[in-house]
Amino acid sequence: MSDPYFITVSVITIASAIIALEFRELIYGAIALAVTLLGIAIFFVLLDATFVAMFQITVYVGAVVVLIIFTIMLVRREAWLRLDEGGRRRVMGAVIALAIIGLLGALLAASSIARWQASESVPTLMQIGEEMLTYYSPAFIALALTLAASVVGALVLAKVDRGKGRDKGKGEGEGEWDEEESSSGFERGGELEGERKESVEGEER
Amino acid sequence: MAEILDYTIVSIILLAIGIYGLTVKRNFIRMLFAVEIIVNAANLNLVAFSRLMPSPNATGQTFALFSIAIAAAEVAVGLALMIVAYRIYRNIDIKGLKRLSG
Repeated sequence: MSDPYFITVSVITIASAIIALEFRELIYGAIALAVTLLGIAIFFVLLDATFVAMFQITVYVGAVVVLIIFTIMLVRREAWLRLDEGGRRRVMGAVIALAIIGLLGALLAASSIARWQASESVPTLMQIGEEMLTYYSPAFIALALTLAASVVGALVLAKVDRGKGRDKGKGEGEGEWDEEESSSGFERGGELEGERKESVEGEER
Repeated sequence: MAEILDYTIVSIILLAIGIYGLTVKRNFIRMLFAVEIIVNAANLNLVAFSRLMPSPNATGQTFALFSIAIAAAEVAVGLALMIVAYRIYRNIDIKGLKRLSG
């Protein structure tokens, strides 16, 4: 049967996943998400996958959650807290979730994995490295390119055009969509930028 | 030592919670949380099967590592998109973004 560590960790993980989605304040939701990800990392340790656990803690708790928290602090507004999901939506979501649990649970009950015997041999770090760099090396290279492309894409998307306010002339490198946007969106964006700066300064004072 | 069924059940519950969040929430960041929870449920399954199969091998862990890296990239791009949308619409309500579809 299950050991008490497993029960404790799974209760904490599932409870904090629910808190992450339901807690009113978004920052606390992000912290609850970090607890969920740490719980998953503890599961990995229980499964003798210490390298994956370390990777999980470094990437998720160290980078992803911190990035999310910084973004929340950057663009935070009180109005978000008053987004009402509506009762009907909530009920439908719960129904879908319960249906998924029921269907996959029935699938599990019908399968034979409950009778599997776990063996004593543990996949080692050496095996992981060997697989990653030999058989899966094309995937590894594609992953590296994907990461680089996504980082560049994120930087380009999040770039603030600071030169726009001072000189109206646009740089040669900018595309034509910029001109269309500047009439509707970007001017509002510009004044919003100012507002945000003021509010940040106000908080510091 | 917990058995594979226990890990699979935890993973299914996390998946259901994530799908609940994706369907119900209208806040962009909350939807990102839900996606993260779903991805982690999948990773948990991968690693659990990699260790607790009758003949364990490292492929599941390798795939989990790939999946974690992809999810990190996805969060970076998702947050950048959210910042752009917020700059334009001053809101991160998903309903407002319907205008993007033209």
